[in-house]
Order: sequence, then C-alpha cells, then structure tokens
Amino acid sequence: MEDRPSGQLPEPLHARPVPRPGRWVSAVVVLVLVAMAVNALVTNPNFRWDTVWLYLRDVVVVRGVGWTLVLTFGSMALAIVLAVMLAVMRRSDNPVMRGVSWFWIWFFRGTPIYTQLVFWGLLSVLYPRLSLGIPFGPEFWTFTTQDVITAFWAALLGLALNESAYLAEIVRAGLSSVDPGQAEAAKALGMKDGKILRRIVLPQAMRVIVPPTGNETISMLKTTSLVLAVPFTLELTYATNAIGNRIFQPIPLLIVAALWYLLITSVLMIGQHYLERYYGRGFDGGRTGGGRGPRGGRRKPRKQDLIGASGTTKDDPFLEVTP
Amino acid sequence: MSGSSPVEPVETTPAALRQAQEPMVQARDVHKVFGRGHDAVHVLKGVDLDVARGSVTVVLGPSGSGKSTLLRCVNELEEITAGSIHVDGDLMGYRRDDKGVLHRLHPKVIAKQRSRIGMVFQRFHLFPHKTALENVMEAPVQVRGLTKGEARRRALELLDRVGLAERAEFYPAQLSGGQQQRVAIARALAMDPELMLFDEPTSALDPELVGEVLAVMQDLARSGMTMIVVTHEIGFAREVADHVVFMDDGTIVEEGRPADVLDNPSEPRLQDFLAHVL
Ligand SMILES: Nc1ncnc2c1ncn2[C@@H]1O[C@H](COP(=O)(O)OP(=O)(O)O)[C@@H](O)[C@H]1O
Ligand SMILES: [Mg+2]
Repeated sequence: MEDRPSGQLPEPLHARPVPRPGRWVSAVVVLVLVAMAVNALVTNPNFRWDTVWLYLRDVVVVRGVGWTLVLTFGSMALAIVLAVMLAVMRRSDNPVMRGVSWFWIWFFRGTPIYTQLVFWGLLSVLYPRLSLGIPFGPEFWTFTTQDVITAFWAALLGLALNESAYLAEIVRAGLSSVDPGQAEAAKALGMKDGKILRRIVLPQAMRVIVPPTGNETISMLKTTSLVLAVPFTLELTYATNAIGNRIFQPIPLLIVAALWYLLITSVLMIGQHYLERYYGRGFDGGRTGGGRGPRGGRRKPRKQDLIGASGTTKDDPFLEVTP
Repeated sequence: MSGSSPVEPVETTPAALRQAQEPMVQARDVHKVFGRGHDAVHVLKGVDLDVARGSVTVVLGPSGSGKSTLLRCVNELEEITAGSIHVDGDLMGYRRDDKGVLHRLHPKVIAKQRSRIGMVFQRFHLFPHKTALENVMEAPVQVRGLTKGEARRRALELLDRVGLAERAEFYPAQLSGGQQQRVAIARALAMDPELMLFDEPTSALDPELVGEVLAVMQDLARSGMTMIVVTHEIGFAREVADHVVFMDDGTIVEEGRPADVLDNPSEPRLQDFLAHVL
C-alpha cells in the first residue's frame, strides 16, 4: 500500500545493466541443440510425418481423445469427492470412520492400478449378479452386473477409486495446513462443522491442494491408457495403437498420440495456473481474485507480520507495556 | 449498534425484573483439566464469576494463569470438566432434565448458544480469503440466514462504526494489525451478540496501533455491551472496567472495583503483578 500520490513519483535511475555474457552463450548453445533435434526429427523418413499429419485428425483418433478426456475428468471428479470424504473421515474423532479411511487408502495405494482395473473388468464374471439386501438374509434388489458396470464404468470406477487414495493424502495435507484458529473463529461465530469445512477451511486448503492435484490430473491423463486392462478400447492410446498395427506403421501413430497428450497437458497447465491464482487470493496482498478489491504490487513484509511471525506474543504479559 | 442497547423500556413484570437483575454470565466452581492420567493439567481450579448485564469485566493475570481457558469455556470452545456456566440464564453445553440428569447438548444447539457470544482473538483470525466486508457478512448469511443484501448493508454499517468503511473491499493481508482487529470486532458484532469476549485483543499489535482498537472497545462498552476483556492494558481497566478480576494459577485471587483492585491490592501476588505491568 504505497501512499505516495502518483504525481510525485521520482524519475527512476538510468544505469547500464550488468553485462550477462552467460545468457548469450547459453542461448546459442541451446539454439544449436534445438536445430539438431528438429533436423533429426524432420529429415528422418522413418517418422513418416505425412502419416502423422493424416491421422492426427482421424475420426477414430479424435474420438479417442474425447474418451480419454471423459475418463480423465470423470475419474478425477469422482476421486476428488471421495478424497475430501476420506480426508475428513481420517480427521474425524469417530474411530470407525478413521479406520475405514485408513483401510481404503492402504488398499488402493498398496495394489497396482493395472491389477485393480483387471478386477473391475472381471467383476461381471466374478459376480454375475449384484443384489442389495441384508448380508446372509433376504435380497431386496437384484440386477445383472454386466448391465450396470459396463466396460466404461469399470474403467472410470477403477481409475477413480485408485486415485482417491492418493488425493486423500493431498487433501489431508491441505486441511492440516490451515491455521486451527480459522476453524475456531468460525466456530465462535456459531458456524456448524460442515459449513466451517466448506466455507472456511477447504477454500484455504485449496491453495495447498491445487498444485499437486493438477499434477495428478496430468498424470491421470496418461494413466487412462491402462484401461485396456478392463478392457476398454476407445481411448487415445488403444485407438492409435490399433491403427498403427493395422497399417503397419506403429511409430507415426505413437507420435500422433504423444502430440495429443502434449496438447491436452498444455491446456491443463494453463487451467491450473488460473486455479492457483484464484485460490491464492487474499494471500499475496490481494493481487488476484477476479478484480475484486484493490490490487497492488507484491506486498512488502510489514511490522505486523513480523510481530505475528515471531510468535512471541502468545504468552508475554508484559509486551504491551513496551513504550 | 442496536441489539445490545440497554435503553429499551424496562418491563416491570416480576419475571422480567428477575431476568434483568440476573447476571449475564454466572460461572460456578468451574474446573478445567486438560489431558488425563499422568498428563493431566489442572488449569481452572474452581472459578466463580458473575458478570452483570451491560458491565465490563477486565481479567488480569500472569501468563498461564488460565485467562484464555476461562474465556474459551464461557463460549464452549472448551468443554468444562466440572462446575457450571450460565449465560443469559442458559446452562452452556448441557441440559438438565426433570430428574436432574445432565445431558450433553447436540453440537447444533451448542453452535446456536455460541452464536450469541462474540469473541475477539489475540491473533485476529480473520478469514484471509475473504475481504473485510465478506468477513463481516459471513456469519449473518451462513448462520442466521440473512439475505446477502441485508447482511451487506449491516456489515457496511458496522465497518463504518469501527472506522473502516472505506477499507471494506480490502483483504486482511492488506490491512494493518489494528485495522484487522477492528474488522474482527465488527465481524463478532454482526451476530448481534449479547456478550463479547476479548482475549488480549491488543497484545499482538504494534504499540502505536493499540489505541485505535481500545477506542473501539471503549465505544462499545459505552453502548451498553456486556464485555469480558482479558488484557494487560491497566489504563483501559481503570477507565472502562466496572469490575476487575485478578487470576493466578487457575483461580480468582482478587476481584472488585477497578479503583480498589488496582490502587489498593491486598493480595501480594497482585501487588507483584501490578508492579511489573505498570
Ligand atoms: N489444549 C490444551 N492442552 C493442554 N494444556 C493447555 C491447553 N490449553 C491451555 N493449556 C494450559 O493451560 C494453562 C493456562 O493457559 P491459558 O488459559 O492460555 O493461560 P493465559 O491465557 O492466562 O495465559 C497453561 O499452562 C497452558 O499450557
Ligand atoms: Mg491467553
């Protein structure tokens, strides 16, 4: 918060910058290396760039991209909901809830995702009929597994349940990063636990949760290729492999898939940037947050921050008498 | 501040009269033990305290004497181990049935009890992801179900009252400590509390900012708010308090009118404490 009126800003100093020859040298070296790499890629006939270009826009490939996106976002969305529940259960004072959460995380982190996906795919073989009822007692509602758990749902559930175990730990770390004083202040205002979590603690935890979750999303994008274990055969990797094998040109089709993954990852990274900015509002002097509130440059640490950070104020009865 | 004003016409029915004479806070033989077994710490050792309606009680005492714990017990942030606390005639945290059996209240009911008591913390605890205005609006909208517009109008009124109307759109990180604490006071007042608790509200402040917060508190006291203030600001105690309580080692050692307690302390521990603080 600079109080100086803008009309009185002093003329900034004009000085020659420090020479930085290292930058020029490194730029030249990198340029040469990049040129070599591009040359090696473009001029090598084995890559068949004409085939790459042709199949980059192929209907089956684009549909594969669509399914990959559906699996990625679908499973991440479900996983995030589960993870928040698991993290809250893990912190609850109900020992049953804590135990369930612990077991869930232990199991889904402890077994390979590939194995889990195979089992989800086999569910309709292992349990041809699913029923709701009292264990060992009467059944109220029965249906054929195949009708409900299709390959798509098996893939989605398999990915989501596995991911939820990892995300739960991320959410838990996020929740513990929030000053307990926040929940306490909300409690003192008469807010109930659910509201405190949703309105006060979670939004602040998001600052810690979003970056690793973005990372997990990008990782999930490529983990979706494992759903051939189910088997679910419409997503990008399977589709491009199938085409590659059919036309006996696997390498150009691998490049097609790689280019699509790179493109999606780039878009995800941009999205992550904006999410991080949104959840960082209020924490960096309010530079962010959709235009509400005054903006300023990066805030300089103030005396009050130092008093707070020193942690000396907690129990010192004589602090206030300092002149 | 309308809700707390004591200038409403005094009813003269016996029940109303009894209610008006009854203290706002009545703590009886309050004990608090943290932990259990070998780790048990006996922090409050039988505290009795009456706080009259519309009065200001200042609690003094050395660090670790249990002042914060006492305040936190009054609004149920801590569960008391033994004894009882009544606020506005209601037993806090429990219900006694016809047979005299004590039942723990449901968290929802406790939250409701708490919503009538405002609390101001040493370290402000403003919500950093919300602007000053949103901080003040939060509880009225979320707890009392006020409409956004109504809550906003009222919040702006309160921010104006603590002298921060033009800072409404600022985030806490953009405010000085004194301003943050004043927003925190406005946030507590937004719930129209009948009782305000202050736990060393100026101890974390840059000394030059202490005055602005004390001024707001003094103004609040004048408006007739019932207040319990833990502070080491002897000047504030002398000027604003109706009643001063000195705590040491989990008990109230001496209490009375400010002039008596501060100028003629009979208890050696209090004499010692005042000699250090002044
Ligand atoms: N949650 C807790 N668990 C264990 N001991 C506590 C807890 N809270 C406070 N205490 C202890 O209670 C004593 C009184 O604390 P407090 O009420 O904060 O004192 P004051 O506010 O007067 O400085 C201290 O010795 C402190 O260590
Ligand atoms: Mg304290």
